[in-house]
Amino acid sequence: MNFDWRNNRDFFAGLFYILLGAFGMWMARDYPFGSALRMGPGYFPSVLGGMMIAFGVAVMMMGVKNNEKMKPHWSFRALLVLPLATVVFGYLMEEAGFIPALLVLIPLSAAAGKEFKVVEITLLTIGLTVLSTLMFIKGLGLPYPLIKGLWGY
Amino acid sequence: MELFNNLIFGFTVALTLQNLWFCFIGVFLGTLIGVLPGIGPLATIAMLLPITFNVPPVAALIMLAGIYYGAQYGGSTTAILVNLPGETAAVVTCIDGYQMARQGRAGPALAIAAIGSFFAGTVCTLIIALFGPPLAEVALKFGAPEYFSLMLMGLVAAAVLAGDNITKALAMVVMGLLLGIVGTDVNSGMARYSFGIPELTDGIGFIVIAVGVFAVGEIIMNLGDPEERAVFTNKVSGLMPTMADLKASFWPIVRGTGIGAFLGVLPGTGPAIASFSSYMVEKKMAKDPSRFGKGAIEGVAGPESANNADAQCKFIPTLTLGIPASAVMALMLGALTIQGIAPGPQVMTQKPDLFWGLVASMWIGNAMLVILNLPLVGLWVMLLKVPYRLLFPAIMAFSCIGIYSVNNSPFELYLTAVFGIVGFIWMKLEMPPAPMLLGFVLGPLMEENLRRALLISRGDPTVFFTRPISLGFMIATALIVVIMVLPAVKARRAALTDPVAPH
Repeated sequence: MNFDWRNNRDFFAGLFYILLGAFGMWMARDYPFGSALRMGPGYFPSVLGGMMIAFGVAVMMMGVKNNEKMKPHWSFRALLVLPLATVVFGYLMEEAGFIPALLVLIPLSAAAGKEFKVVEITLLTIGLTVLSTLMFIKGLGLPYPLIKGLWGY
Repeated sequence: MELFNNLIFGFTVALTLQNLWFCFIGVFLGTLIGVLPGIGPLATIAMLLPITFNVPPVAALIMLAGIYYGAQYGGSTTAILVNLPGETAAVVTCIDGYQMARQGRAGPALAIAAIGSFFAGTVCTLIIALFGPPLAEVALKFGAPEYFSLMLMGLVAAAVLAGDNITKALAMVVMGLLLGIVGTDVNSGMARYSFGIPELTDGIGFIVIAVGVFAVGEIIMNLGDPEERAVFTNKVSGLMPTMADLKASFWPIVRGTGIGAFLGVLPGTGPAIASFSSYMVEKKMAKDPSRFGKGAIEGVAGPESANNADAQCKFIPTLTLGIPASAVMALMLGALTIQGIAPGPQVMTQKPDLFWGLVASMWIGNAMLVILNLPLVGLWVMLLKVPYRLLFPAIMAFSCIGIYSVNNSPFELYLTAVFGIVGFIWMKLEMPPAPMLLGFVLGPLMEENLRRALLISRGDPTVFFTRPISLGFMIATALIVVIMVLPAVKARRAALTDPVAPH
């Protein structure tokens, strides 16, 4: 079987390791290396970076040999929406308070799925927000403002 | 009878109203997430870790432990009724448990699973109480070289047993070690890999990685799966197993407990390995192996006891040596550290209430689980009907609140988003994330002990091979690697771990 890099699972896994290891070593060049007796802050990272690259090469070779494909099917929508929802939640917690943050997070997360039924998600959002407020703010006493003005009033 | 006194002392701690309450919450939540496929104890404990900040350490640990072993009980319910493993360890239970359910014997299958788990839980509670203190005593004599060798052994074992590709698993351990470096170097005060971001000088939070990968990343992965989860449930009638069932299950339960306890003490092995081993043993020992796969009660009794025994015995290395034996155990130690208790052999002497209280609570928790899982099984069946499209936004909400409450800072959430994407890539490329997590936790400890060991030996690396205990760990590490790369073992193991999901 000839080597095919497209969707080649282990080829890309190896590449990931090599890039990370190289980046780690490159960053660590600024940290004093020291000696085995007195290790500097650069010793451990440099050694690990080297190991990472070595493993990466081995994994990449596996990919070249076995040509295993990645499993198909993945949701680009979920990959985009869920991290975005997480970031937006963090931002809104800071700027708008607990309730607005949840009111945005829940429907936004739900939008990552295949089905989005408006009534169902509305009920879920309200239910979870009420439950979380009772549990985390009233019950556990986490010190977050429920609502605060976006523009600082 | 020191053991007896210690256990009595443990029960006085565990039986306070507050600790009983937290034990109940723990096993209840554990059963809940155990029943639900798609969310595991790791993500749940990570989510709930911040809640434990305001709770005394004993209660916090009791609750977290309850979630962990409760999940093993809950997983079997889903396996038997729906033929889906609620937890990875329950994969084996699906085989014969579901067949029993189809023959109208769901009740006895559930009952035997609970009885077996309870027996295993009771035995393992005693094992921890018996072997914990002497082990901790030995561990007090450990120096830096011993700690380093022991952690090396744990990491190698975790990698070797994690998935079907050892090279990738070892690479994930190294990646975890690298991620563990992020933050301020304790010896020189130098910020490493912080990219000038002040939040990163404290290092990456363990919870951020755990939730990022195992909650956000996992959901992204699940949503890409084109298969709809078929949720159908059978009526459960007649819970009581017959005398014949009990007789047939007795030895499998005992053997399963033994296998699980033995594998449990080894760092790095997961409960799934214990279940598989037990199933294989029972099939070998049966007079008529052809019954297996067609509803043999031994095929439920053995593995269910084994996975519970394994889960519980994981506490032995964790509590006595301060070395997390699995990713979930790393979270437990994280909880201890947050409470200002340094994990290690000294915990047992300095905080006897913590150790013995936890041990006693495990037995109480196991008893609660029998009640939660048998008479209340109908409740969990109802829960199985909740569709995933409603479940995952709820998981997202609780995860995000949990993450925010770690430092009250949005930065942690931005980092979680990054690890969600990275975690998805790892799972897509079948790079197992669990060994990475273990490496991440042990990384700083290993660097510290490596430095110290080489400082004591004046830079001579043979120090790891000249001290007897350290040499023993090194030999064990080498043996693990050698055995696992032998072709015969490799083929066998591939067959064993094949149906198990990546973590």
